[in-house]
Amino acid sequence: MIDSTPMSRTEEITVQHSPTTKPIVQMAGISVEFPGVKALDNVGFRLFPGEVHALMGENGAGKSTLIKALTGVNPIASGTITVNGNDTRFTGPADARERGISTVYQEVNLCTNLTVAENIMLGSEPRRFGGLDWRTMRRQAQTYLERMGLKIDPASSLGSHSLAVQQLVAISRAMVVDAKVLILDEPTSSLDTDEVAQLFEVMRKLRDDGVAILFVSHFLDQIYAIADRITVLRNGQLVEEREKDQLPQRELVSLMIAGTSDAQVGGANERTAATERAADAEPLLQAVGLGRKGAVQPFDLDLYPGEVIGLAGLLGSGRTELARLFYGADKADDGVIKLGGKPVKLRTPRQALGRKIAYTSEDRKGEGVVGELTVAENIILGLQAARGWIRPLPKTKATQIVDAYIKALGVRPANPNALLKNLSGGNQQKVLLARWLATAPKLLLLDEPTRGIDIGAKTEIMNLVSELAEQGMSVVFISAELEEVLRLSDRIVVMRDHAKVAEIPSTPDVDVPRLIEIIATGEENK
Amino acid sequence: MSILSVPRKSVSKLNVDRRYLPVLGTVVVFGLMLVIGGVRYENFLSPAVLSNLFINNAHLIVLAAGMTFVILTGGIDLSVGAVLALSSVITATMLNAGIPLSLVLPIAILSGSIIGLGMGVMIQYFEVQPFVATLAGMFLARGLCFIFAPESVPIRDEGFVALSSWGVSAGRWRLTAAVVIAVLVIAGSWWVLHRTRFGRTVYAVGGGEQSATLMGLRVARTKVVVYVISGTCAALGGILFAMFSRSGYALTGVGMELDAIAAVVIGGTLLVGGMGFILGSVVGVMVLGLIQTIITFEGTLSSWWTKIVIGGLLLIFVVLQRILTLRRN
Repeated sequence: MIDSTPMSRTEEITVQHSPTTKPIVQMAGISVEFPGVKALDNVGFRLFPGEVHALMGENGAGKSTLIKALTGVNPIASGTITVNGNDTRFTGPADARERGISTVYQEVNLCTNLTVAENIMLGSEPRRFGGLDWRTMRRQAQTYLERMGLKIDPASSLGSHSLAVQQLVAISRAMVVDAKVLILDEPTSSLDTDEVAQLFEVMRKLRDDGVAILFVSHFLDQIYAIADRITVLRNGQLVEEREKDQLPQRELVSLMIAGTSDAQVGGANERTAATERAADAEPLLQAVGLGRKGAVQPFDLDLYPGEVIGLAGLLGSGRTELARLFYGADKADDGVIKLGGKPVKLRTPRQALGRKIAYTSEDRKGEGVVGELTVAENIILGLQAARGWIRPLPKTKATQIVDAYIKALGVRPANPNALLKNLSGGNQQKVLLARWLATAPKLLLLDEPTRGIDIGAKTEIMNLVSELAEQGMSVVFISAELEEVLRLSDRIVVMRDHAKVAEIPSTPDVDVPRLIEIIATGEENK
Repeated sequence: MSILSVPRKSVSKLNVDRRYLPVLGTVVVFGLMLVIGGVRYENFLSPAVLSNLFINNAHLIVLAAGMTFVILTGGIDLSVGAVLALSSVITATMLNAGIPLSLVLPIAILSGSIIGLGMGVMIQYFEVQPFVATLAGMFLARGLCFIFAPESVPIRDEGFVALSSWGVSAGRWRLTAAVVIAVLVIAGSWWVLHRTRFGRTVYAVGGGEQSATLMGLRVARTKVVVYVISGTCAALGGILFAMFSRSGYALTGVGMELDAIAAVVIGGTLLVGGMGFILGSVVGVMVLGLIQTIITFEGTLSSWWTKIVIGGLLLIFVVLQRILTLRRN
């Protein structure tokens, strides 16, 4: 088993890159704390002029927090930030922008109802006779657009252009203030291949002009196409900083997932495919050519009763998207789902629930628990929804069910009237599980049920999942922790860049390094 | 490269920027009404009728100008009718108390600015919904009217009477002081909205408040100031209305905020904010005025038909806007 906490390697990192120039941004010993969580723990980060520096890490690794700490959105608990050798604390993005550090977000944060010229120039617009000088403004905007290789009319409204163009306009805006540092936070997530190529062309040009670019993306291929250097974060800690050429793809994935460059440590496979299913077993649910444009490429997958399918893959690889298709949370635009051999329509979560399919979201706070309600009310919620609002659940029966689940899952405190928001993350997760279990699902889709909860609760939840499968439930288990996937699954499906790349039985010879190999290369070389 | 340089096709083949489409719709409606009126009734297109269109609606034009600022940011101001009444009552009572005109007018206008400021602060800093905050402002202003004067107060101040009867005539065309003021307000509003950073920020806030903040624009200040502008315009409208009626009365302008909103919406400004033009609002007021004129000319129709037609038009325009925004996304 791999030690799940990464080593603190801050001191160990040797400077492989020995540039003649000094870093333009240097962050040292940065810690950021949120109530109850240490989002960043003693992290160091450097950014040199004229480089594209990729910041890598899984969900909750601390990428966004690091960017927000740099631009002054989040206050830092300890550590220093030096820009150009001077100690600096920005008061916010606007302040950072004025002092040469511009950020372009994944969601383009410009106003689509204004013209392209205004979006580029507002804030530093030319004036004449005390008012805006539109003609000069358009001309100046034009020169910035040309630098991006964009041939669009500055007087046109921004909303009339594609997202890719809007993205480039956002970068143009960053250039107006003569940005020395450009932060691109997942700019490519909604662009197609040609658009990405165009963006990269612009990025190279800016880099050659001496701009330092901090680039965040989940696509490994893109990272290797553009980055000069890579910094890997994991669980709020710095894992590695290295030049791209010296960091093979396989090692990068290993660092991101396991926190070690060579995940050779164990990876014992506890729950093997011991529960051999009968040769004539009928699949509960079959996906045939199921897919959704921009989310998951068409795939086939059979789910059997009493089996746990583990979904492995990096963040953004299509794990969640796949689960959401089964639940009807997103509509598939390709392929069919067969339930007991017959095609069924699963277009809304309600239809899925009617077919006894339950889904727990990875976004526990946003899409799962209702913090203002009590534990009991949260547990009953799903069951009541399935009954319809006209037939309320008898009170005595509700109490029975609630008590039974609180006991079975070991919810603490075992008080059905406690407000859910006052429970720890792990116990909230148990309540969420109880809610779906109360509806007696045949298929349970668990999206990162173990994220952000303590080890004890993790083990309890995993044991529970195991028991449920033995009782005949079909389970899809998604986790960023490969060892958890290995431990729990009968079969493992590997996702990469929105496609299912492998489906392997969880035999004893399958271990973490093997999975990492498949995730990194996308090949299932036996 | 080619994919990136070609913008998405514009809606119409005439290659009109879609931002102008709602306003163009209003202008077409206005033109049609003029033609229909001109064909159906004698003397409809006479200088007297058209002059009166402006003279009778000068206060509403000023109200609609202030409302345009607010709606462009995505807000709403329900207090303008009551603030108009308050300002007219303040003007009337203070003039009758012998306070000089040069002092009364600024005080009356300031009353609107202060109420606007209060509502703006509530909306921005206490995060009260604009609907609720301005509803409170409306009740406050209407209540204050009755404290000043529960009955209608006729204005006898010579200076004020002279101001209100001032006018220029050219043939049968006529122009009053109120119309001149309304035109100045429109010109000023246009300049502010299109030629200043503040004006563009008004549009930016309506287009996306978070984006505007991240663009480093002064969102908070802008959102407060639009309510100050609207309050100020409403108070100015109150003075114009007092000039028109030569009196101040606590019950004037009941429901006038809805006329102002209707004019702005019919004038092509999107209720969600970010899209619209001040000149559209002027045309919107003119459309409302023309409906009234046509119904007067018809003679046999009850004046309530005005409301029915305005309601119908409003519905059509709101649905059209909805279609436009849906196509935008």
